[in-house]
Amino acid sequence: MGADNLDDSLTTQTENSPRELLARSFFFVCAFVSILTTVGIVFVLVTEATTFFSETAGLRGVTGPTVSIVDFLTGTEFSIASEQFGVLPLLSGTLAIVVGAAVIALPLGVATAIYLSEYADPQTRKYLKPALEILAGVPTVIYGYFAVEYITPLLERYLFPDIGFFNALSASIVVGIMIIPMVSSISEDAMSAVPDDLREAGYGMGATKFDVSTGIVVPAAISGIFSSFILAISRAIGETMAVTIAAGASPKLVEFGTVGAGPVSVPYPDPAYFLEPIQTMTSAMVQLLFSDITGGGVAYRSLFGIGITLFVITLIMNVLSDWVASRYQEDYD
Amino acid sequence: MTTEDTTTETVAEESSNDPTNDDMLIQTDVSESVSASGTESTRTIVESRNVNVWYDDDQALQDISMEIPENQVTAMIGPSGCGKSTFLRCINRMNDLIDAARVEGELYLGGKNVYDADVDPVALRRRVGMVFQKPNPFPKSIRENVLYGLKVQGIEVDEDEIVEQSLRRAALWDEVKDRLDESGLELSGGQQQRLCIARAIAPDPEVLLMDEPASALDPIATSQIEDLIDDLAEQYTVVIVTHNMQQAARISDKTAVFLTGGELVEFDDTQKIFENPESDRVEDYITGKFG
Repeated sequence: MGADNLDDSLTTQTENSPRELLARSFFFVCAFVSILTTVGIVFVLVTEATTFFSETAGLRGVTGPTVSIVDFLTGTEFSIASEQFGVLPLLSGTLAIVVGAAVIALPLGVATAIYLSEYADPQTRKYLKPALEILAGVPTVIYGYFAVEYITPLLERYLFPDIGFFNALSASIVVGIMIIPMVSSISEDAMSAVPDDLREAGYGMGATKFDVSTGIVVPAAISGIFSSFILAISRAIGETMAVTIAAGASPKLVEFGTVGAGPVSVPYPDPAYFLEPIQTMTSAMVQLLFSDITGGGVAYRSLFGIGITLFVITLIMNVLSDWVASRYQEDYD
Repeated sequence: MTTEDTTTETVAEESSNDPTNDDMLIQTDVSESVSASGTESTRTIVESRNVNVWYDDDQALQDISMEIPENQVTAMIGPSGCGKSTFLRCINRMNDLIDAARVEGELYLGGKNVYDADVDPVALRRRVGMVFQKPNPFPKSIRENVLYGLKVQGIEVDEDEIVEQSLRRAALWDEVKDRLDESGLELSGGQQQRLCIARAIAPDPEVLLMDEPASALDPIATSQIEDLIDDLAEQYTVVIVTHNMQQAARISDKTAVFLTGGELVEFDDTQKIFENPESDRVEDYITGKFG
């Protein structure tokens, strides 16, 4: 190539060649569609919710009954028939499921992750990890029937003869089982990402496998482990089908007992709540959708009030997860 | 390829008074090997006899026999892949952690073959400290890093005293005494490596193994580590792997030259290795003709 052509060849604009342009536009559209969908969902949720709350319904020109935000958030009764729309009984149901599921899934998930990451030989891990992830792929409706058909009868026979046919306990157990793979898989990724240098340092100091696993690897992976907890809890909050089937449809606020007396009496939630049928926010929404409510009525619009509450809770959990991940992230480079 | 022809004769055995060390019998070497300074008499602390190592089917070490003297600095040099790090890791059985590695032969610490069936590698590593190529402090406070070895061994000590003493020996105390509760990862690379040295010597090991401890550091940090190794040799037996021949010449009393194929070609006083090696291959390597 002669020097005459040099100017031309140096100024070729590859960045905006048709192929590059096409590729860039295609990837952008793909990314944009999912963002647009999210924005659309949030938009519908917010606009519909404004028709439910009395503070904003006037602006939307809604006639008919509405509920104030304060009554909604502090109301202790949820009943479609008597048009009582207090979210607390549903929140209480959701919290019961989350607490029960977390008690099962967090320790078991982390223990599983430690086994997979530190103890299992590569061959075992190769089969065990995908097998565990199958748990996450089982349709949740199956978990629901599993709770009703097997777990509740077992609990009734061996532990709690008075347990309800629908109850919070069996639902929270299956939700716990359902989220174990989430905890173990994300935690295992975090533990596997801990540099071998640190393990060697531990073994070189005369640490046992247990010392290294629990004293070095787990603390070093703690940000990933906490993230897995928060994501799993978000999943439990949003879990719908299993709890709709297994936990019942009786919105009920947990009762509190107290320990101690006088100024040092401490209220505690009554554990008997777990043996009774309850209703979570998600299963209330399912019920609202399938019941004979008129479109546009207050019961129908309450669906969006509950929906946006749920959305705000999971959004907070996600933000928390990001914050935890960055706060406890150790930089090894 | 004879390495050393000293005949070892056991004349006395004394058991250490440390309870964790009941089975570690100290073997006294009557043949007094002469250190680089030419005056000190020493005894052997680590002795390997015909050690062979394979990674799967690849032989990494061939018939290594050598005697490492107590309270001296022994350097191992050689080109990449010559097996010097592999040999170091035989001494505290770190090779056990690699599934593919297989060790044959005998390796004595004191008088005990560490590859005997009744030796617990965890207990062994409590007597043999190790410092790695890349500084690897735990994501814990400086204090917790130093105390880690004692903690896993369940030894009760005056923590403040041990922390100060270990950090002083590692020449790090003055730089960190006001921030012992900060994370070890906050330190610079050279400081991290000195923290790792403090961590390794806190449980007072018999032998300190160092696997290219300065290779990831800048020249100033490197010279600090070298000065430190010099001081440490007064109390500890130091075995150091290095790819830096000048470093070996500066800091070691004895030098072992490994060449490609996992062969120990020559092991002698450092001065002799660098000034008048027996082997032509060693001379070629030292003078930079290959490797």
